[in-house]
Amino acid sequence: MNWIYDPWPWYVAGPLIALTMFILLYAGKQFGMSSNLRTLCSAAGGGKKADFFKFNWKKERWNLTVMIGAVIGGFIASQYLSNNTVEIASDVVTKLNSYGINSAGESYLPTELFSIEALSSPKNLLILIIGGFLVGFGARYAGGCTSGHAISGLSNLQLPSLIAVIGFFVGGLLMIHLIFPLIFA
Amino acid sequence: MKTLVYLVIGTFFGILMYKSEAASWFRIFEMFEFGAFHMYGIIGSALVLGVIGVQIIKRFNIKAIGGEDMHLKPKNKSFARYAIGGILFGLGWALAGACPGPMYVLAGAGYISILIVIFGALLGTFVYGLIKNKLPH
Repeated sequence: MNWIYDPWPWYVAGPLIALTMFILLYAGKQFGMSSNLRTLCSAAGGGKKADFFKFNWKKERWNLTVMIGAVIGGFIASQYLSNNTVEIASDVVTKLNSYGINSAGESYLPTELFSIEALSSPKNLLILIIGGFLVGFGARYAGGCTSGHAISGLSNLQLPSLIAVIGFFVGGLLMIHLIFPLIFA
Repeated sequence: MKTLVYLVIGTFFGILMYKSEAASWFRIFEMFEFGAFHMYGIIGSALVLGVIGVQIIKRFNIKAIGGEDMHLKPKNKSFARYAIGGILFGLGWALAGACPGPMYVLAGAGYISILIVIFGALLGTFVYGLIKNKLPH
């Protein structure tokens, strides 16, 4: 029964992501996860503060439904379909150890950052909030995130999406190679 | 009925993100360390099939259900917003180890701390809305 818990290889996951995008296109919609953040701001009354949130957010309920589905999917997969550990390359594990992160291979997310106990550290709290902030701010500034630009936009060979995706990687590489050594020194 | 369809698509996507480990902080770190092919394989194979599929849709003028055009409109031409926004997003993606889709998935998987990341993402979205007109686009 181990195969149920085994992670899916890239050649299964990638095509299924493409399938997700095509199902949504066929339904007359667009694959884009970060739009939900804007919709939630609008639903919470953000339109009173900025025109950016003044739109008929109820028309985006379909995407909020997809989002709720993703939450359910995360619950099902973590409870019934996974042993909740992730094996990564051994030299990457060594690198993480030098940063004081020793939970690689034992957990799905690093416990040093994501466990309840880790929340008592102001530094960890800042990492989580700032990380989230940049994702939310950057996704709206760039007009999309990984699903909207890297998958949907590039599939349609859109130059703006290529610029955005190059930006994603420039930002990610800067964070991991220049800023991580400072944060986790 | 329609709601149920979207719920199923979302659930499928959530299981997919979790099972492929694309929702794992470790995999994102490994990707930016060029430590394994895994994440590049996921994005790359999705993309190859995506490009082929979209070309087929355009060549044969395939419509969405109900006969509408599919949502394949070109995005506004600009450089600054995609470059600056993209870099900011990338910084956050690597730091939090999660992009928006996986954030929802991890919330369902019971990681309380991801709620703080989601709060940050909502805050970032809100602040963008407030200062949008002052930013180069």
